[in-house]
Amino acid sequence: MTFLTKDPISVGALLAEVAAPHCGGTCVFLGTVRDAPQDGGVTGIEYTAYEAMAVAEFDRLLAEARRRWPEARLAIRHRLGLVPTEEASIAIAAAAPHRAAAFEACRYVIEEVKKRLPIWKKELRADGTALWVDPEGRPAVVGPEGTP
Amino acid sequence: MATGTVQVRFFARYAELAGCETTSLSVPVPATVADVVRRVREAIPGAVALPERPLAAVNMRHVKLDSPVGDGDEVAFLPPVAGG
Repeated sequence: MTFLTKDPISVGALLAEVAAPHCGGTCVFLGTVRDAPQDGGVTGIEYTAYEAMAVAEFDRLLAEARRRWPEARLAIRHRLGLVPTEEASIAIAAAAPHRAAAFEACRYVIEEVKKRLPIWKKELRADGTALWVDPEGRPAVVGPEGTP
Repeated sequence: MATGTVQVRFFARYAELAGCETTSLSVPVPATVADVVRRVREAIPGAVALPERPLAAVNMRHVKLDSPVGDGDEVAFLPPVAGG
């Protein structure tokens, strides 16, 4: 499966990958780039990854999800490069015989992605500046002195 | 004590701070990830700005700082991840 893409994500393609006669419930999660007017406006986010490790980590977490929900069918795309506001940076589709497993598997995958995938984002602000942001969208702080 | 060579990789903001994305370093082995962090901070001027306890991966798996590192291993330093 191709997990990483520089192109806009096709939800239709993901749905086609998970569709199966035994599945009666499909859950789709989309993470989209949001504006932040209080921070001067965000026009997009530039995503970068440790690509080889990201692919390996996607493989590992999908294998874990399949052990927990053996009948679920899962598909993921994460976009890299510049993603404009309102477009999806990540899409997850989870199909299962019944809705409970579809919701649970989809939720599991996005939460694990947030914890583990070696992917970083740089916010592009409306004033032309760009800055690395941490998982909560705050400016990244590094260094022993705590200097940004 | 034997010496090993590790391939060090920096990503995102850490690559900007270190001024490079990858470098080779010799370290006395057996070593831990924490030993490699210390060597990196000594050997690369910009790397002093890296945290003393960064998130790290050895051969593309998340590891703790006391994990072993051997000759030929790849050690990656990862800023707080922000995927999704």
